[in-house]
Amino acid sequence: MRYAGHAVLAAVVLFLIGPFLVIAAAGLSAGDTLTFPPQGLSLKWITAVFGMENFRQSFVLSLWLAVGSTALALLFGVPAAYGLARYPVPGRDFMRSIVFTPVIVPGIIAGLALLRHAVIPLGLPVTTALILAHTVLVVPYAVRVVTASLEHLRTDVEEAAVILGATRTGTFFRVVLPNIRNGILAAFILGFVTSFNQVPVSLFLTGPGITTLPIDMLASMEFVYDPSIAALSALLALMSMAIVMIAEKMLGLSRYV
Amino acid sequence: MSDRNFLTIEKLTLAYGGTVAVKDLDLTIAEGELVALLGPSGCGKTTTMRAIAGLIQPRQGRIVLAGRDITHVRANKREVGLVFQSYALFPHLSVFENVAFGLRLRSVARDELEQRANEAIGLVGLKGFERRLPRELSGGQQQRVALARSVVVRPRLLLLDEPLSNLDARLRLEMRSELQRLQRDLGVTMIYVTHDQSEALALADRVIVMRDGRIAQQGTPADIYERPSSVFVAQFVGFENIFKAGQWPLPDERDIAALAWRPQAVVLGQGPHQGRVLGASYLGDAVEYLIETPGGLVKAQTPASARRFALDETVSLDLPLASAARLAGQ
Repeated sequence: MRYAGHAVLAAVVLFLIGPFLVIAAAGLSAGDTLTFPPQGLSLKWITAVFGMENFRQSFVLSLWLAVGSTALALLFGVPAAYGLARYPVPGRDFMRSIVFTPVIVPGIIAGLALLRHAVIPLGLPVTTALILAHTVLVVPYAVRVVTASLEHLRTDVEEAAVILGATRTGTFFRVVLPNIRNGILAAFILGFVTSFNQVPVSLFLTGPGITTLPIDMLASMEFVYDPSIAALSALLALMSMAIVMIAEKMLGLSRYV
Repeated sequence: MSDRNFLTIEKLTLAYGGTVAVKDLDLTIAEGELVALLGPSGCGKTTTMRAIAGLIQPRQGRIVLAGRDITHVRANKREVGLVFQSYALFPHLSVFENVAFGLRLRSVARDELEQRANEAIGLVGLKGFERRLPRELSGGQQQRVALARSVVVRPRLLLLDEPLSNLDARLRLEMRSELQRLQRDLGVTMIYVTHDQSEALALADRVIVMRDGRIAQQGTPADIYERPSSVFVAQFVGFENIFKAGQWPLPDERDIAALAWRPQAVVLGQGPHQGRVLGASYLGDAVEYLIETPGGLVKAQTPASARRFALDETVSLDLPLASAARLAGQ
């Protein structure tokens, strides 16, 4: 029985980590085609990636998109989470489910719907469309993580501030915000990673010349078959893991999700 | 010159949604008085206190503090302090900043702010703890910070919501006398909410017993302890033997509903009645007996040094009218 359990566990771990190891190994290949096992080891593709102009551009766009849309999502998400947590808003459960729908609805549907019924009719520029879509995608994470950290803050602490003379707004900035700071940081990191790695929605909304890094990689794979994509994938995976690990160390990220 | 009607509450009705928690409450408190609101959970005492603080809006009625109608004044403008049961300290601020919070909101100049905050910290005996965060303090120390934070802004009225219930027994006694000292030194009017009768009796100038959103009885601690007016209050302050008028062993008196005795008032070993010992518990300084009588069960307590009775033994007992509390209502 115990051996069976260990076997299942090992299989799961292999299944989760295996693809990453394969990609990482392929990216370290010394050969000129994407193969596994790699033909010798070298860092040449890793270094080559940094010199590719198109990837550099889409990387910068992805970065701005992730930072901008997460910041916007927090601007809406933090007050929303606070309102839902503290006030007897009518239809509160319904609103919670609405806020969480972007997590449930498949990205491909959301992307198509946005394109057909918002971007095209309104004639939105590509970057605006991307920002809006990513903001919508990140809001659920912002609301959820901030809600979790609001639950750690007792409401009587806010009442104490009011009784000592603070207004409701003053209380929010003097007492609530400093105490959910870590939650907001955690939400930011999750939102950043979510936006940065986003594929299905971006797929519909990116246009010629303006594209996010994952979409750019997808496109270039169709006609380039060298290990540069594997090298870049491994680098991105490492970046995401590093961000989340640092966040876990500093904030205890897993408490919020 | 102290004001007899420092706080006046008239016909106060409070409700949560459809549930009425307090109904037509009238209450007057004099300046400098320490009043305890005593009652079991759900009697409306905490709700009343929250309404005085401005944390809930009354459905009906008026609250007047020092001549000013504060019924519709916002909580942050009422000049009322509140010490929470959970202390509710600001977790991200040091002891000093917790205490200085209200002063900063009042834009008190820096020198005065430091002087007043330090004075308040000294008053509750926390000198040297100024830089600590709340989570680095014990429960008793947190309680002191909460007190200092409330009194430093010099509220006209200080409300305390079960302030000692989260402390252990010894600390509770210590804080009790500190509260009394603080009240004497500052002369601040206090309303103390508690479900613990011994705390209310020990601390307060006046005790107001509440039940189902109304006042059941009010008076000095001695009034409440020795002369409860109803069965409810009598039970609440430890009268365990309550018999309706006209039943065993009582005379049929028409102006009372019931008579009540504390276990200590029951005389064992002599008297006109007979009973059988059902149980005996040794309490250290006393022995408590459960006795079956023709009129029901009687709880009696005798000093540990007195004669002991065995289980199933038949004893004589007396419920002296002189030591009974006469209860006018339920």
